[in-house]
Amino acid sequence: MEFLLHPFQYEFFRRGLLAALLAGGLCGLIGVYIVLRRMSYIGHGLSHAVFGGAVISYVLSLNFYVGAALWGFLAALVINEVTRRRKIGADAAIGVVTTASFAMGVALISRARKFTRNFEAALFGNILGVTSTDLVVILIVTLFAAMGIFFFYKQLLFSTFDEEVARVYGVPTRRVNTLFSLILAAAIIASMQVMGVTLIAAAIVTPAITARLLTDSFSKLVGLSILLGSLTAVVGMYLSYYLDIASGASIVLFASLVFSGVLGYSSFRSPSQKVVPRSVSKRASELLEDL
Amino acid sequence: MGLKPALTGIAYLAGKGISLKRRGLINLEAKKKMNGQHPTTDGGRRTWVKERPVIELVDVSCGYDHSPVFEKVDLNIYQGQFAGIVGPTGSGKTTLLKVILGLVKPLHGTVTVLGQPVQGKAPPFIGYVPQLESVDWDFPVTVEQVVMMGRYREMGILPWPNSRDRRLVSELLERLGLTAYAKRQIRNLSGGQQQRVFLARALIGNPKLILLDEPTAGVDLKTQHDILHLLTEVNLKGVTILLTTHDLNAIAAHLPWVICFNQRVIAQGAPEEIFTTEVLRQTYNSEMMVIKQGPLTLIANSALVLKSHE
Ligand SMILES: Nc1ncnc2c1ncn2[C@@H]1O[C@H](COP(=O)(O)OP(=O)(O)O)[C@@H](O)[C@H]1O
Ligand SMILES: [Mg+2]
Repeated sequence: MEFLLHPFQYEFFRRGLLAALLAGGLCGLIGVYIVLRRMSYIGHGLSHAVFGGAVISYVLSLNFYVGAALWGFLAALVINEVTRRRKIGADAAIGVVTTASFAMGVALISRARKFTRNFEAALFGNILGVTSTDLVVILIVTLFAAMGIFFFYKQLLFSTFDEEVARVYGVPTRRVNTLFSLILAAAIIASMQVMGVTLIAAAIVTPAITARLLTDSFSKLVGLSILLGSLTAVVGMYLSYYLDIASGASIVLFASLVFSGVLGYSSFRSPSQKVVPRSVSKRASELLEDL
Repeated sequence: MGLKPALTGIAYLAGKGISLKRRGLINLEAKKKMNGQHPTTDGGRRTWVKERPVIELVDVSCGYDHSPVFEKVDLNIYQGQFAGIVGPTGSGKTTLLKVILGLVKPLHGTVTVLGQPVQGKAPPFIGYVPQLESVDWDFPVTVEQVVMMGRYREMGILPWPNSRDRRLVSELLERLGLTAYAKRQIRNLSGGQQQRVFLARALIGNPKLILLDEPTAGVDLKTQHDILHLLTEVNLKGVTILLTTHDLNAIAAHLPWVICFNQRVIAQGAPEEIFTTEVLRQTYNSEMMVIKQGPLTLIANSALVLKSHE
């Protein structure tokens, strides 16, 4: 108990913990759709692109969030449009552009090391860096994402399951996709301080694939993924505090540990039947490649 | 050898086909009299009327990235018709359905469905059953949830279904014998059950027209027959049905109306009338033998038949 309460005496920890709780839940929620829409590489690319925007906005002495949001939303819309056309090489184009944006950010940082803002935190996450502005942004984005996903639940579910048929039935799939891309970009920007851009894709995908192993019901999947996202983020925060490691790293490591445990458990429980839905095993292997 | 089990299967279905015809579900005689007019059903009564078609394609060309899949297609499907598009894999059947649905934009020509031009937007009152291969079977949805998606157009603004939506879904599941599977994840069903679930999703919106892409692919002969029978029943209630198939014997030969398609409409009419060696050669680019025995029409690949005579 003392172990759990001790760090509460610090304001930064209380803020960081609350931020992690919200960001973890947010990532868990978004992750369900990211996994089912097979968009995990888009999350990965978008988070890298956002980093470039964040650094540039600093160089131009714009507000961090203004710059990151402008850049992130622009990148999200472009990526959304490119994937919609499904031209050959869309993945490659997205990969090149987002990585270039990331590289530009890194280059700018190494040129001038006089930044007050801790960009290492932006890369790997840092609980020390969570300001009350960060907390407010996370809160607003979480509310916005939760409301968007709640009000468009039907449309999102149908178009995620079967986009073409959803279109036949009159679901405005283009608008739904755009909305989702914007929610994703907002979630990435808001969670950046806690998770770090390089680790955020894993923080988004892992709770969802873990939850997918435990349930076949969509609504339970959403609930469970949010729960796992928040829980792993909170535990990760404590690990970060006690082991003195970057919070993004500790969250992702702990989430992966939980995933392995659940994977082992579900294989043990039903060794002969389908153990892991194919989409999950595919996602997991891609994730490992990313890391 | 090798041909024998296949032929038994054909005979089995051909037999079932006759029973459908005897029950008046497929009216051959009447069709012969109609001379180019098209059949309609009206609450089970068959009448032949010339009226505005439900689907009308005029000079339609389609393609992806400018390489054409088909060109200059004219095709009319009339109210109450039960028609099948037959053609080999890659002949453009799926593309043809998608252009009717507004999912693929024609490069040229006009598509009209239920009197409204299709312009990048799907027409209302349409039900669509995609090819089962295209379904993500690992997706965490239950039978019930999939069928509920089909009520999207009728559902209110709330994100969840109301009690009427639920009642209608459970009634339809009952009618299709799926009640016991309502809460199952969709992978854990047989091929025939999976097909019925997606048919239920198409039916729940009370469509006037249903398009089905290869509804009989990948299921056994008995299930194929059950699906055809179910579709016939739906058709008798006045719903126009257009399906695709690459299977001549088990499916096409049992439909009241077939359209032989391979990048263009090669022939259309009742299978007994249009399944000729010439038409099938043009459709499949290979020699086929048409064996007519009384009311049965069997089609065999000539190479296979010759071999079995050795
Ligand atoms: N989305 C697509 N992009 C590019 N080419 C396609 C696409 N879909 C189908 N095709 C091509 O169009 C042709 C017709 O395909 P399709 O309509 O699926 O035929 P069928 O359903 O008769 O098998 C094929 O050569 C196929 O490769
Ligand atoms: Mg096809």
